[in-house]
Amino acid sequence: MDTFEKHPDLPPPVSEVGVIGWLRKNLFSSPSNSVMTIAALYLLYLAIPPVIKWAFIDADWVGNTRAACTSGGACWVFVGARFEQFMFGFYPQAEHWRVLLTWGIFAGLIGLLIAPRIPGKIWIGSFTLFVFPFIAYNLFHGGVFGLPVVTTSQWGGLMLTLILSTVGIVCALPLGILLALGRRSKMPILKSVCVSYIELWRGVPLITVLFMASVMLPLFLPQGVDFNKLLRALVGIALFQGAYVAEVVRGGLQAIPKGQFEAASSLGLSYAKSMVLIVLPQALKMVIPGLVVTFIELFKDTTLVSIISLLDLLGIVQAGLTDPKWLGMTVEGYVFAGLFYWAFCFGISRYSLHLERRFETGHKR
Amino acid sequence: MSEANVNTPAEKPAGEPMIEIIDMHKWYGAFHVLKDINLTVRRGERIVVCGPSGSGKSTMIRCINHLEEHQRGKILVEGVEVTEEVKNIERIRRDVGMVFQHFNLFPHLTVLDNCCLAPIWVNKVPRKEAEAAAMTYLERVKIANQATKFPGQLSGGQQQRVAIARSLCMSPKVMLFDEPTSALDPEMIKEVLDVMTDLAEEGMTMICVTHEMGFARKVADRVIFMDAGQIVEENAPEEFFLNPQNERTKLFLSQILQH
Repeated sequence: MDTFEKHPDLPPPVSEVGVIGWLRKNLFSSPSNSVMTIAALYLLYLAIPPVIKWAFIDADWVGNTRAACTSGGACWVFVGARFEQFMFGFYPQAEHWRVLLTWGIFAGLIGLLIAPRIPGKIWIGSFTLFVFPFIAYNLFHGGVFGLPVVTTSQWGGLMLTLILSTVGIVCALPLGILLALGRRSKMPILKSVCVSYIELWRGVPLITVLFMASVMLPLFLPQGVDFNKLLRALVGIALFQGAYVAEVVRGGLQAIPKGQFEAASSLGLSYAKSMVLIVLPQALKMVIPGLVVTFIELFKDTTLVSIISLLDLLGIVQAGLTDPKWLGMTVEGYVFAGLFYWAFCFGISRYSLHLERRFETGHKR
Repeated sequence: MSEANVNTPAEKPAGEPMIEIIDMHKWYGAFHVLKDINLTVRRGERIVVCGPSGSGKSTMIRCINHLEEHQRGKILVEGVEVTEEVKNIERIRRDVGMVFQHFNLFPHLTVLDNCCLAPIWVNKVPRKEAEAAAMTYLERVKIANQATKFPGQLSGGQQQRVAIARSLCMSPKVMLFDEPTSALDPEMIKEVLDVMTDLAEEGMTMICVTHEMGFARKVADRVIFMDAGQIVEENAPEEFFLNPQNERTKLFLSQILQH
């Protein structure tokens, strides 16, 4: 009688695994692919070594003045000499610790909020949203506890960029959610107010909004009434981005089946509770990629505030470029600013991917 | 576990009207979906509603907890009229449980959280108590071992049983079933019907829109046949199946009982 004999597992052929297998499959699978691979490698060979040579090998790193840049590569001395200004604008040097302390507290709070399995997140969250802004404002602005006053016109650089974008995001998100809910409401007046708001703000470029906030608004206000320029920019950015967030969130709301809301209602949940507990968590999770696009755009759009002479990171780098002592540093300045923006945006984008994975509950409907 | 969370037998004597629908009409725009509906459901009664698709059976039971609005006539649940008034609606919804064709579980919450959500947020039951109560209901629908899973990880039949447990967690006085088995694979229908039969035997007042004629025969006190937005025939199951009075009912029954 035949018995079943298990055939032993053999190792796969060499051409299928390891480096050689990978190269064959991905780079040299056909003659035309091989030609493309070689052409691409040649292009990389042309492009990369000169960049490395300019940025690292031939670059000057130490020194205080233009005279230290002698080797013909990148002059990072410029960035080094101006670094503090790039970070803090014209904030007095003796008071820099206040800015660092504020951002330190903020980073700590965000860290606590992000970290999984920490109890009392509601309290940390409310503290961050409702109490921290006052602490931050008082630390930045001073005038309390014997801290010298630093007016907002002295704020600048990365500090200003971060203020504009965090305040912008934190205010635009709830505004956008309310507008999206309003736009989907059955009440005709509320609905048309929200639709007009969204269509109006989405139809205008941000630069116009900032310009209006800065130049036109004071014309309409009675004499003597004047808001702070930074505040006007912040309000403009938040109102503008709110409209974009609203449309992203609406997309998510529309993707939630009506049955979810009906099930919540049939269990006796009020409209507000059904939205907060059932519909919004699902809708927002679904639109994380879209929201992140909006936030990254907002982060980069803050550079437009230089039109109303607020000097954010890019603005202050540009201002530094016009310094007669440092003429010809254009490439270094922009590369530095570009790297900074890229690092932040990349960070946001990676974190959003992480969030998407964490919220994945394998649901199908 | 507190007494309030256990499904206590009816406090009031059986036989007294729970739901009264009086001369009710409903329109979708210009389309007259429900015409002159009159129905009284007494405490402890099990009603099965059947009829061809589009006959308004689902719409009728969705009017009872105001998922749909009626335009004329009256609906009373335990003497409280279903009106636009939010207070009334919320009170009625707390007493009326509903199970949907597509389960409508909340996919972002675990099975246990699906069950605890309404007790915690609507009835303000402390979480510990709500969880304990939810576990007993999950036990009853024989799915307690899946409590920490998400709905997406369960089969259709399991999801529908969770949906039933979720409704029971609010200790409803009436349960509405809106075609609870029509989205299920054949071998899962039985597990859901078994749970519903158990519920019926425990004395729950139920209105089931369903085409499961075996279930209707076994469980129902009355079968209601609807067509074109009207109640065509209403009878005890034996009479209804063996001796239908109306031509339309005969045609419908011959079609569904043929195979």
